[in-house]
Amino acid sequence: MIPTAFDYVKAHSVDEALAALAEHGEDAKLLGGGHSLLPIMKLRLAIPTVLIDIAAIPELSYIRVEGDEVTIGSATRLYQLERDEVVRTEVPLLSHVAGRVGDPQVRHRATLGGTIAHSDPASDVPTGLLALGGTVVVQGPGGRRDIPVTACWTGFFETDIAADEMVVEVRVPRTGSAGWGYEKFTRRENDWAIVAAAAVDGRVALANMAGTVVRAAATEEALARGASIAEAAALADQGTSPSSDMHADADYRRHLARLLTRRALETAAASS
Amino acid sequence: MQVSITVNGEQRTDEVEPRLLLAHYLREVRGLRATNIGCDSTSCGACTVIVDGLSVKSCTVLAAQADGSQVTTLEGLAGPDGELHPVQAAFRAEHGLQCGFCTPGMVMAAIGVLADNPDPTDREVREGLEGNLCRCTGYHNIVRAVLTAAQAGPAAGQVPQAQEVEA
Repeated sequence: MIPTAFDYVKAHSVDEALAALAEHGEDAKLLGGGHSLLPIMKLRLAIPTVLIDIAAIPELSYIRVEGDEVTIGSATRLYQLERDEVVRTEVPLLSHVAGRVGDPQVRHRATLGGTIAHSDPASDVPTGLLALGGTVVVQGPGGRRDIPVTACWTGFFETDIAADEMVVEVRVPRTGSAGWGYEKFTRRENDWAIVAAAAVDGRVALANMAGTVVRAAATEEALARGASIAEAAALADQGTSPSSDMHADADYRRHLARLLTRRALETAAASS
Repeated sequence: MQVSITVNGEQRTDEVEPRLLLAHYLREVRGLRATNIGCDSTSCGACTVIVDGLSVKSCTVLAAQADGSQVTTLEGLAGPDGELHPVQAAFRAEHGLQCGFCTPGMVMAAIGVLADNPDPTDREVREGLEGNLCRCTGYHNIVRAVLTAAQAGPAAGQVPQAQEVEA
């Protein structure tokens, strides 16, 4: 399978990338590792006429501790998140979810910014980030703008990121030794989640239970009231709208959401 | 557009279409046909090669993205006198193949696994090869081959070119 023809622009800085985005407008797509974009281009589900490669912009590849947060450049590859000692120590849930994406070859290419901008509701890293909280920093012609992770993913493959903006950084709260859990249900080890649940600090996020990754709000409220893990997890599918497909019907996904939430909360409680 | 890519130690500049996939570049432009294209959808790993020290699936990388990079394919593993790379030798010794289609990708992915973890357990090898499918289901001998290769020491996780596999 071969994508339709396009022009390729390699950006060496954020300014270059934004200038190319401004020049080519909606016809352009930003290329990170390309492990979501290239497959859908090969299927001709996306036919951009210009690709702007931002994966090698040096200023977008870093992992730093800043105050109560870890700040990460958007071109950071997922294998770097998985292995980086700062991420493993300060935000272990983020390291773990990065390591659950695809397989080693995929993680060698895929970028943090790419997985955020793609907004797949079954995606591991956004699920982890939604549970962790934090901020997606985007940059456009008007400068930088903070998007709380709770407002970042707005619909199925849709985000709050404007067409002339790009993800430049992610800021995640340091959770340190706080307990966390991540439960992912798949047919095969390197598949997308049929359903997944991430838990940390009394927050729970779910993959593939709606058009976007979502928080299990009823579970979180129950935990805040002092409910037991079993009671709270039984509410995990409230307010979600899972779809049915060949892997699972909606009712089974609801069951998985409750079950995986309970397991993730139990793991978090046991590890805190 | 022009891309300048070093493959198995040989640098060349070629005129390519931006949409040319690295797998097609290696096979059609460079004439290196060991790299197989299986699923063509980032699942099976048959097209795995090493780019700048990291195993990647070349069906999902543009030649344009590899501009300026060092690429190693299966053809680049054996020494000039034909001496097999430790992973190749172990695949032969342990019969780590049946039909052989997945083998080039398995070998390249295995080098990546051993670069990251020179002394893996059986389970760690299986997890490290999660991105490579063998339709003959010959996994037991493949895993045994990787464990055997690990006994050869650090060379099993390295490629001969002037680069080190870091993952």
